[in-house]
Amino acid sequence: MKTEEEIFNLLKENFNDDIMELVKQPVDHYILCNPLKINEISLFLLSNEELLFDSLMNLSGVDDANGTSTIKEGITTIEGGTLSVYYHLESTKFRHKIILRISTPREKPEAASVALVWRSADWHEREAFDLLGIIFLNHPDLRRILMPYDWDAGYPLRKDYANPEFYHGMKVPY
Amino acid sequence: MALKTEQMILNMGPQHPSTHGVLRLEIVLEGEIIQKVTPHIGYLHRCFEKHCEAMTYPQVIPYTDRMDYLAAMGNEFGYVIAVEKLLGIQVPERVEYIRVIMGELQRIASHLVAIGTYGNDIGAMTPFLFAFRDREVVLNLFEITCGARMLYNYIWVGGLSHDLHPDFVRLTREFITYFRPKIIEMNELLSTNKIFIERTANVGVLPLETAINYGITGPMLRGSGFKWDLRKDDTYSVYNKFDFDIPIGEGKVGTVGDCWDRYFVKILEMGESLKIIEQALDQLPEGDVTSAIPKRIKPPIGSVYARVENPKGELGYFIISNGTTSPFRVKVRGPSFVNLGIMDVLCKNHMVADVIAILGSVDIVLGEVDR
Repeated sequence: MKTEEEIFNLLKENFNDDIMELVKQPVDHYILCNPLKINEISLFLLSNEELLFDSLMNLSGVDDANGTSTIKEGITTIEGGTLSVYYHLESTKFRHKIILRISTPREKPEAASVALVWRSADWHEREAFDLLGIIFLNHPDLRRILMPYDWDAGYPLRKDYANPEFYHGMKVPY
Repeated sequence: MALKTEQMILNMGPQHPSTHGVLRLEIVLEGEIIQKVTPHIGYLHRCFEKHCEAMTYPQVIPYTDRMDYLAAMGNEFGYVIAVEKLLGIQVPERVEYIRVIMGELQRIASHLVAIGTYGNDIGAMTPFLFAFRDREVVLNLFEITCGARMLYNYIWVGGLSHDLHPDFVRLTREFITYFRPKIIEMNELLSTNKIFIERTANVGVLPLETAINYGITGPMLRGSGFKWDLRKDDTYSVYNKFDFDIPIGEGKVGTVGDCWDRYFVKILEMGESLKIIEQALDQLPEGDVTSAIPKRIKPPIGSVYARVENPKGELGYFIISNGTTSPFRVKVRGPSFVNLGIMDVLCKNHMVADVIAILGSVDIVLGEVDR
C-alpha cells in the first residue's frame, strides 16, 4: 500500500511535466495531469507492478465554470474557463486509491481516452461527452448515451446550458 | 453446397418485460447465434445530476430514492455518508445501527425482487409470487418506520427522520425467524430445480479479470469468485462490528462466474444480511436519532467520493462543494449503469433465449442506469 505522495513522486519521475501537482483539499486529494497524456499515465498506473490500479471506480466530467460569464436576455454564457474530468482509481490488490484530474479549455475540450485501459471507462466517457461535451480522443465508440441521438441543443450539465424552446415540434418548458 | 447466411438485426425492448424497464437491446444475429449486443439506454433519463445543482443538500435525498427504486435506503445511505464526510461530522451510534439494519433489510428486499423476477424471466412463475410475498413483510417494516413503502426519505444528513417504531424490534425478530426457512424453500423451489440449472449453468460466464477491468461490482463480481465487499474491504458505518461472511461463486453446478453463480450469491447474501440484522438488533444502543442533524448544511469547499455496497454493487457519490448550500456537482456511479456495460461480452456466441437469462442475472434497475 502506497500513500498519495509516494504515488505522486513515482509518477513525477516517469512523466515529468505531464504530472503537474498534488492538490490537497480538506477531504480528497488529487493529482493534476496533462489531458493529452492521460492514457499513457493510466497505462502506467495499471501495469506498474508496485501500483496495479486495476479498477476505475468512477470517472466524472465537471464544468468548472471558472471563465467569464455574461448574462444577456436571461441566458448565461460562459467564455474561457475549463472542463475537468476526475478519475477515481483503486487497486484491488494493494488497496490503495488515487484521484487524477485533468482540465481542458472550454473552447477545445479534448482529452485522451482511457476506455481501452479500463473498459469501464467506455460508458463513463460517453456520458461525459454526452452531458458536458468533452471529446475523448481515440475512444472506440464516442456516441451520445443518455440523451437522444439527435439532440442538438447543447450539453445539459454545462453551467450555461439553457433549455431549447422546441424539441421535434414539442414545446419544452412546461 | 454451403448455405447462404445473412446477418439479422433484432430489437429487444424498449417495452419487452424481460428487460426490466425501458431498455433496448440491439442484437446482431447470425442464425440464432449472437454476434453483438448494443444496449441503448436513456429512455428514463431526467438528468438527476442537473436537478441536484438547483437543490440544497437535504433536498437531494428524495431524488436519490428514485434512482435504484428497489433499494432506496441504500441510495440514501450512500449520499448521506458522502455529505457527512464533506462536513466532517460524526453521527450517534444508534443512528449508525439503524442505518445498517435498514440497509440490510433493503438488501433482502432488493435481492428478493431480483431472484423472483429472474425465475419469472426464465419461466418459473411460482418463485416470483413467493419472493414478493416475503418482500411484502420487509416493506411493512419500512412502512411502520417511516410511512413509505418504496421511496423513504428516512436517512437524513446527520441522523434519521424518525426514531424506530416501538414494535419494530419485535417485528423484525419475527421476520428473521419467519424468513430463514423461506430461503431454504427458495433453494428447493428454484436453485436446485433441474430446468432452472439447465437454463443458467455455464451460461454467460464472466471471467474475473474481465469483470474487474469492466468495473463490475456487487453480487456479479462475487459470482465470478472474488471476495470483494465494501462492507468488509472498505468498511463504513459500523459494519466492522458484525460477524458475517462474503459468499462467492464456486461453480457448484457449472463454471465459476456463470448466471447460476450470480444468482446463488444473492441467495446466500440474504442469509448473511439476516445475521447482520440479528447482531445489530442485539447491540442496538439507546440515544437520540435527531440530535446530530445540522441546522444548516453548508460544507467547506472541496470534493469527496464516498461509496457503499448497495444490493447491486458499488454505489459511489462524487460531490463537489463550492461552499454554498447547494452542491456544485453530484455524479453518481450507479452499479447498474456500469454492470450493464458488459452485456456485449457476456452474450457473445450465445442463443437469443440466453440474453434473457444473462440480463436477469446482471440485475439492473433502469432508474439508476438512466438517472
